[in-house]
Amino acid sequence: MTTEMICAGFGGQGVLTIGKFIAQAAMQEGKNVSWLPSYGPEMRGGTANVSTVVSTEPIASPIVSFPDVLVALNQPSIDKFAPSIRPGGLLIYNTNMCPRGCKREDITKIAVPMNDIASEIGSMIVLNMVATGVVIGKTDIIKYETLEGNLTSFMQEKNPDLLTKNLAAIKRGIEIAKQYT
Amino acid sequence: MSKILMKGNEAIAEAAIRSGCRLYFAYPITPQSELIEYMAKMMPKVKGTFIQAESEVAAINMVYGAAGSGKRVMTSSSSPGISLKMEGLSYIAGAELPCVVVNVQRGGPGLGDIQPAQGDYFQATKGGGHGDYRLIVLAPSSVQEFADMASEAFDLADKYRNPVMILADGMLGQMMEPVEFKPAKTDAELQELANQHLSWCICPNEDGAKKHHHEINSLELDPQVLEQHVLGLLKKYAEIQKNEIRYETYNISDENEVLCVAWGTASRVVKSAINEVQKQGKSVGLIRPIRVWPYPYEAIKQVIGKNVKKVYVFELNSGQMVEDVKIAVEGKVPVDFWGKVGGVVFTPAEIKEKLEECF
Amino acid sequence: MEIIAKRPEALTKEPFHYCPGCMHGVAHRLIAEAIDENGLINQIAGVAPVGCAVFAYKYFNCDMAEAAHGRAPAVATGIKRARPDMHIFTYQGDGDLAAIGTAEIVHSANRGEKISVFFVNNAIYGMTGGQMAPTTLPNMKTTTSPYGRNVDDIGYPIRMCELLATLVAPYYIERVSLLSPADIIRAKKAVNKAIRYNKENRGFTFIEFISTCPTNWGYEPEQARQWAKENMLPFFKLGVYRDKGEGVE
Ligand SMILES: Cc1ncc(C[n+]2csc(CCOP(=O)(O)OP(=O)(O)O)c2C)c(N)n1
Ligand code: SF4
Ligand SMILES: [Mg+2]
Repeated sequence: MTTEMICAGFGGQGVLTIGKFIAQAAMQEGKNVSWLPSYGPEMRGGTANVSTVVSTEPIASPIVSFPDVLVALNQPSIDKFAPSIRPGGLLIYNTNMCPRGCKREDITKIAVPMNDIASEIGSMIVLNMVATGVVIGKTDIIKYETLEGNLTSFMQEKNPDLLTKNLAAIKRGIEIAKQYT
Repeated sequence: MSKILMKGNEAIAEAAIRSGCRLYFAYPITPQSELIEYMAKMMPKVKGTFIQAESEVAAINMVYGAAGSGKRVMTSSSSPGISLKMEGLSYIAGAELPCVVVNVQRGGPGLGDIQPAQGDYFQATKGGGHGDYRLIVLAPSSVQEFADMASEAFDLADKYRNPVMILADGMLGQMMEPVEFKPAKTDAELQELANQHLSWCICPNEDGAKKHHHEINSLELDPQVLEQHVLGLLKKYAEIQKNEIRYETYNISDENEVLCVAWGTASRVVKSAINEVQKQGKSVGLIRPIRVWPYPYEAIKQVIGKNVKKVYVFELNSGQMVEDVKIAVEGKVPVDFWGKVGGVVFTPAEIKEKLEECF
Repeated sequence: MEIIAKRPEALTKEPFHYCPGCMHGVAHRLIAEAIDENGLINQIAGVAPVGCAVFAYKYFNCDMAEAAHGRAPAVATGIKRARPDMHIFTYQGDGDLAAIGTAEIVHSANRGEKISVFFVNNAIYGMTGGQMAPTTLPNMKTTTSPYGRNVDDIGYPIRMCELLATLVAPYYIERVSLLSPADIIRAKKAVNKAIRYNKENRGFTFIEFISTCPTNWGYEPEQARQWAKENMLPFFKLGVYRDKGEGVE
């Protein structure tokens, strides 16, 4: 089983972190993983993306041609990567920043107002965790508990408030994803 | 030791420290800066020396000095900075000093760009600096292998008193994969390392009246004497060629109709494409040189199965290693090449298409 | 302020790629205005560095060469010697000029090369993401001095104006700041003088701009300027270090 995922958005929306948390948790669950970010001036120009591969097999290429899952936090990310999603694949996108959405009919689309949810929870920083929650809720790429454990050990002492918000954001994402089964 | 998710640039730095490297001199450059930054953070913690040199030229000469003092020493850079180190490497090779140099390659020539590329193959394996010398060149293709190559590189450098280059690229530097580190050298092992070169290196005189006089030098004006010195180097290189060739084979069988040759990052993409065409019943094998000098000429010749119609070389350059593949194949089957230049990395889909065209 | 009224002719239409609050754009503008005001647009050429200002070759509306890291003064020497009727400037950061390019700047100054050097000192390597520069202040934290610059280990910041002023040949050396509107007006005068001396082929001219890098210092632009005023100006004293035209030796 191999899942190839691309997360993309504006620099500062935390797309690299989505990939990192998922790769980290999948590794702890015994899977092979790779995490390959875009880097350089492209990011200063405002967009960032990361290819994450999670597999029960050794990972050959960390470069993803046809993602199974695309997480798009803004419209340019849909425009750039949605055409290459594998037929039957999954698109998770942020309706607040993707006014035109995606026209493809051969994939599952989960449209989530991530900015709204994040501001409801009380911090725009957790926008990427809403997206992460949707990924967890819709795929079996990682278990929620693994991520919760990691976040807790990472943040409990430094920033318990942010931890609570992050976990709330992930849970909201999972709930939303459950409506799509 | 459990697995840690880490960038290649950080993993190689951590592994170097564990291998007993306590001296590191370098100059910042993308896409290898995480390496120098990791060293800046960690070297003080192990009472090692970190210096951000004023240039790559200075850094490699600091390496010359430290290597001449018999200590494990490393520098790292990316392509434009490696070019500046070439003078120093020629002197280090000439003076037969052990050291490790990491090149996290990017697109060239000139300032080029900062994306992954393999355009420094010729420079690394055929010279780069002046004179008759060789670097031992290790070519990792995963973060784990990148890290593992640290201790391998230091051991080879010490064993042969020769500079060793780890030829990675921006993708391996920036990518995170799980790594498992070997345990760090113990104090006793470090002590042993510190003593291994005392017979020739710059060190305090402890021989009493029989005071030693060690010269760290590559100058010899008498051509007859220099000739003997270079012949000695060549003998050493022949020894390295005999003992130190390493390669990986993937999906090699008598059914292979195409044999691919690829190294480093490029080989990862080729493996994915092979997995795909295999599903269509097309048999393609891969040989990956793990070290690109010494080069596995004989191995390539040996794995060309009886059904192989074509040897296909894929590189992230305009065709450099393919010249070595042609030497290995000796015209027995056609050798084709396809690559990407300028820091553009080919995708599995593109390689798959190229392979499908062979059938 | 009058200086932001219209785009100087000596700048192309290419939009700057600098971060918000970065001073490279201001320095570019001052140089471009001086080129315009001295009527040099058709006789001047520049050399861009490796650093955040690497794309300066796109911004100045005259012929431009892009040099290897630190080598701009050598490239400028080559151009000036090949085209003595032209007027040549370099534009360099602190890593470019005071680390890897130390030999080139010292020797072009020592030869009294008839070029202008514009040196932007922001105490850090901006382009590569905030590593220590030769001008990084004592105890200042950067990604390669994570525990603060330790002067016992790595030395004190280099004062380039003072260093070059020990040489006999340079014609004009001044350090200015870009940290306030009043300072920018003074900087403009200095840049103008350097370009005028260059036009008159008087000799080697050198302007250092005390600047900021809000992005890698981790400050808002205004905070960054304030920090620079409090920390950089006491160490890097503004003023004229050489002006043979005005009898300052
Ligand atoms: C030979 C070489 N070494 C290193 C680099 C990487 N590099 C690019 S810009 C830079 C530092 C730039 O700093 P500075 O000159 O202070 O300019 P700033 O970005 O701060 O304006 C470095 C080290 C390079 N391009 N070439
Ligand atoms: S990184 Fe610093 S020097 Fe570079 S453009 Fe941004 S603010 Fe300016
Ligand atoms: Mg600088």
